[in-house]
Amino acid sequence: MSVRVGKTAQAPSFPKAAKEAIQNDQLRRNVHHATDVIRAKRALRVKEMPDWEELRQAASDIKAHTLAHLDHYLMQFEQNCERAGGRVHWARDADEANAIAIALIREYSGDGRAEVIKVKTMTSDEIQMNDALERAGIQPYETDLADMIVQMGEDEPSHIVVPALHKNRFEIRALFEEKMGIATLGDQPGDLADAARLYLREKFLRVKIGVSGANFAIAETGAVCVVESEGNGRMCVTLPDVLITLIGIEKVVPTFQDLEVFLQLLPRSATGERMNPYNSFWTGVELKDGPKAFHVILLDNGRTTMLEDERERETLACIRCGACLNVCPVYRETGGHAYGSIYSGPIGAILSPQLQSLEHSRSLPFASSLCGACYEVCPVKIKIPETLIHLRGKIVREEQKKFGGLLSAENLAMKVMARIFLDRRRYESAQILARAGQLVFERRGQLTNLPGLAGEWTRFRDLRSIPKQSFRDWWKARLKSANVNETRDGA
Amino acid sequence: MRTSTAAREEILGRIRDALSGASTAVELSHARIVRAYRRRGSLTSEALVALFIDRLMDYDAEVVERKDAIEIPEAVLEVLRRAGEQRLLIPAEFPDEWLPQGIETERDDDLSIDKVNLAQAVLTTCEAAVASTGTIFLVHGSTQGRRVATLLPDHHICLVRRNQIVELISEGLAVVASTGGRTLTTISGPSATSDIEMTRIRGVHGPRRLTVLLYGSAD
Repeated sequence: MSVRVGKTAQAPSFPKAAKEAIQNDQLRRNVHHATDVIRAKRALRVKEMPDWEELRQAASDIKAHTLAHLDHYLMQFEQNCERAGGRVHWARDADEANAIAIALIREYSGDGRAEVIKVKTMTSDEIQMNDALERAGIQPYETDLADMIVQMGEDEPSHIVVPALHKNRFEIRALFEEKMGIATLGDQPGDLADAARLYLREKFLRVKIGVSGANFAIAETGAVCVVESEGNGRMCVTLPDVLITLIGIEKVVPTFQDLEVFLQLLPRSATGERMNPYNSFWTGVELKDGPKAFHVILLDNGRTTMLEDERERETLACIRCGACLNVCPVYRETGGHAYGSIYSGPIGAILSPQLQSLEHSRSLPFASSLCGACYEVCPVKIKIPETLIHLRGKIVREEQKKFGGLLSAENLAMKVMARIFLDRRRYESAQILARAGQLVFERRGQLTNLPGLAGEWTRFRDLRSIPKQSFRDWWKARLKSANVNETRDGA
Repeated sequence: MRTSTAAREEILGRIRDALSGASTAVELSHARIVRAYRRRGSLTSEALVALFIDRLMDYDAEVVERKDAIEIPEAVLEVLRRAGEQRLLIPAEFPDEWLPQGIETERDDDLSIDKVNLAQAVLTTCEAAVASTGTIFLVHGSTQGRRVATLLPDHHICLVRRNQIVELISEGLAVVASTGGRTLTTISGPSATSDIEMTRIRGVHGPRRLTVLLYGSAD
């Protein structure tokens, strides 16, 4: 078993990547603009819902319930899907899922040139399906506008919902002109969408195998649901002869009626719409409507490990709306690429390392100011800040077990701090020492250039110097003078 | 694909190990989930129609209102004329009495995809409509068309009987669930994308125009 999430294994640490990202003014302007627009729309559409909090609570409860009975619901889904003519495959990790997909595509298209049309699926990016298909001589065509932009630009997705959010219309126009061989293309978003429509229509009608992800797999009926806007999803799940759908095991929901909760929360949270243009539901194979063969690949890839711990299990409730990215003060400055994972922003900072049992993406839980905005907007109430702290603790404890980690300056400094904070006298003496020590670094009541580890803080932020009189000193002095006054009054 | 059985057993086994301790009966635990959100609407039938129209307009859908079913052929003809469209696709079981006269109509008797692609517009009914979100529910087949029929033509004209309109998504889902339909599509406005600078623009791969033709009594 080898769990893999995109290219996290090769990614630089977050601080390093973020430093580069924040120097790219164009990127920051694009991300600011897009996230500003979507935040305003979301706020408007959430405000008109009098029962938003009740929906969030129900969503959280349904997800917790489903995860607590995940084996039951997966088997129920499998049974109902197969009864309707679908075929369910199980994949322990990325390689296994890709191998199943490749074998299926080969089975239906022979040994020669093979092509598939794909509708946006983050899960396929997670397992790097496109790379695997290309290595096997299969050409995947992404059909979601943003995914197409990312694929054409040999880029990586930078947002869960809007993967090309880091690019503005002018950059997209230049890319389309180059890759589609169009001489003059307008730069209005509508012109660009028209170009994509023309370019892809022929592929929709020609390519015989479709690959999709799923937003929901319904245990009760065996149906699968894809939520989308452009109609490329409907094309991919309707027109090909063969459909292969990759589903993370956490995407199962108990009943069709349960979607009343998620179909209200997801569009408003993701794109600030009352409802996205299209939701497609299909159940196995229909005689005269849609693909003649339907295969589901149920993917684990680290998810079962996350089930073990209740705090970590909660992350599996994510419905990939991306709302936490749009409000995150860190994401808004760095964009998604700095996270080194296709799952970026606050949810990515907890999902990426957990899927991989903290083997990769270890710097991500620290890429947060813990402001809590992500929890406020999360439609399924994932306590992202608590999980960030939980993971930080886990990573620190792991580091302490290593010789180098134990003796690292940071660990030693923290150990000393812990001892100081444990004892009143030690704490007070430390204050006195620090007050004397800071004199060299103090400029108008601010510490601006501390040495060593503390310098990491003061490099970007000023620190108020320790005041001449601490609260403790003031309290003691106050008590003393109060006693004096009391004695006087009594006399 | 023979590895699948081993993978299945391993994944299910790992889930069971991870969940050891969860013992409540599944159905009971599912039934206990508190659903304090709105599940029944409270608007009058007239208010529902008005809300539905408002939501459709917000999506840039065209709304055409007629009093009775008998006016449908004339209304459809007018919509097509205005759009300059000649070739109309209709589902296999679409009733003859609703067809406009003087226009080329093709019945979708299992037509090839290329044939469907030639149609300029498609005319269907729907199963339910949700006012609060401006959503139409199609249960595919019969008079609501195969999936491909409402997908390739650039213009979808959908008949909605006023008393098919409900207020909330919960109510819409309950209506379609009761049909036992296995293939469903919900449609909320014309196809659109927000992928470029998060600006919603109308018309990508699905029909670029959606016309909703309201008819019949609201009660």
